[in-house]
Amino acid sequence: MARKFRNPTDDPLALKLLLGAIAISFVGLFLVMPLAVVFKEALAKGLGAALTAISDQDSLSSIRLSLIAAGIAVPLNTVFGIAAAWAIAKFDFPGKTFLVTLIDLPFSVSPVVAGLIYVLVFGAQGWFGPYLLDHDVHILFALPGIVLATIFVTFPFVARELIPLMTDQGRDEEEAAATLGASGFQTFRRVTLPNIKWGLLYAVLLCNARALGEFGAVSVVSGKIRGETVTMPLQVQLMYENYDYVGAFSVAAILAMLALLTLALKTLLEWRYADELAASHRR
Amino acid sequence: MSAIGLPLAFRRRTLPGFSLSLGFTLFYLTSLVLVPLLALLIRPWSLGFEGFWDAVTAPRVLASLRLSFGSAIAAAAIDSVFGLIIAWVLVRYRFPGKGLLDALIDLPFALPTAVAGIALSTLYAPSGWIGSILAEYGIKIAYTPWGVLVAMTFIALPFSVRTIQPVLADMGKDAEEAAATLGATRLQTIFRVALPMILPAILTGAAMAFARAVGEYGSIIFIAGNMPGISQIAPLMIVIKLEQYDYRGAAAIGVVMLAASFIMLLALNGLQAWAAKRR
Repeated sequence: MARKFRNPTDDPLALKLLLGAIAISFVGLFLVMPLAVVFKEALAKGLGAALTAISDQDSLSSIRLSLIAAGIAVPLNTVFGIAAAWAIAKFDFPGKTFLVTLIDLPFSVSPVVAGLIYVLVFGAQGWFGPYLLDHDVHILFALPGIVLATIFVTFPFVARELIPLMTDQGRDEEEAAATLGASGFQTFRRVTLPNIKWGLLYAVLLCNARALGEFGAVSVVSGKIRGETVTMPLQVQLMYENYDYVGAFSVAAILAMLALLTLALKTLLEWRYADELAASHRR
Repeated sequence: MSAIGLPLAFRRRTLPGFSLSLGFTLFYLTSLVLVPLLALLIRPWSLGFEGFWDAVTAPRVLASLRLSFGSAIAAAAIDSVFGLIIAWVLVRYRFPGKGLLDALIDLPFALPTAVAGIALSTLYAPSGWIGSILAEYGIKIAYTPWGVLVAMTFIALPFSVRTIQPVLADMGKDAEEAAATLGATRLQTIFRVALPMILPAILTGAAMAFARAVGEYGSIIFIAGNMPGISQIAPLMIVIKLEQYDYRGAAAIGVVMLAASFIMLLALNGLQAWAAKRR
């Protein structure tokens, strides 16, 4: 009897089963179980207790503050990302590679260091500390500091998605529009924007998730004044440290659901609009 | 593209908005990132190099740096091995639920670190799902330095998988087919043909995983227990120094962390150049 043909570049079944089992167990142990425990602990005393914890005054104001901080930081970084990608992808100039490296820099800086640098600039013993104190301007332990820290940690998201995407697309279409008499803004709105809209949405989505969830950088500059400078992740920490586990995990569950929603939308974009995202996200 | 071949200065820019977009980019980057980083770089030297050195080599600080760097290297190594296996399974095999597994890999990117921190801490505490099983064998993870390693392994996993996966998918099977034709066994083909081809991607993923893990704060402080000199990580030491208003000491540790970031960036650029040359 003839042996069944096996493609020589297919792994033997035993190896497939072994590697598959390792991959699934590792993901289950390290990724799925932490996610499951968040919802289990949030509902430990029933849905009612979880909802009560979320509608607590401090929890609600932390949700509001997180939304405000992300609502300022994400649009600013989006405008920056578009401007940087326009300059870098559509024009040639010396030092371009170095500029791209500098834009990526905040991703490799520890979040705590990101908070620290603003303390050194605006803190009581910082560069502008005495001046700000004299003029009664509050940056640290107030909304501006939280926004600055959030901007820093989400700084590269939009730029690093758009730069490779717009570089790949080249400048022929924009040059054609300009030749036909379109103004710069018309060219951007009618030619460039339709080409990058899904990539832009993808980047804004990830930028927003990080902005809402940032902990380290914000915790350094926030001062953790209850009801005033406490964002959602900081509220999770405060409740957890007060042994209010249902409360901590209930607020954490909102953040976890936001994370799952982000992942779902991200995956959808990768499937549906793969050709219109930066090459590194195409599946 | 008639402009090709002309020196840069003679090339006419056909599109508008160059000065505006570059000007805004440089202004935004300088005021929000570069100037504050400069404030960090010049801060620790008010007592000279010796003052900086004393701040960095104080026993508790040194222990925290050793813990952060040592655990980050170990986490990057663990994630490289399992990240490679996960990437291999995702690219080469077909099975139901693959899309879900693929999407889940990015969870540590999307899940806020504080949420990951309290979840891991609860999971590995002696009363938790995993901690209670390990406790029967006398193994303690939560509130020990091992907790730092667990949190870092969690947080850095996507960097390994997502760096290896696209390279593996692009690689094609020509070289493996050639090896099989020449009589290599499947394992020989994997270890001597396939893996060497994706080595640059494995190392790049490891470097990115290390860079992320070494600076991680949120997910670690809940599970580590934060005992002085034993399970305090370097970013936590910065926070402690700031709480004591020791700005100089905090900045000194910050400068060490920043130097590590720069070295990793250089290493990553070097790895990319190497990978491009091999292609």
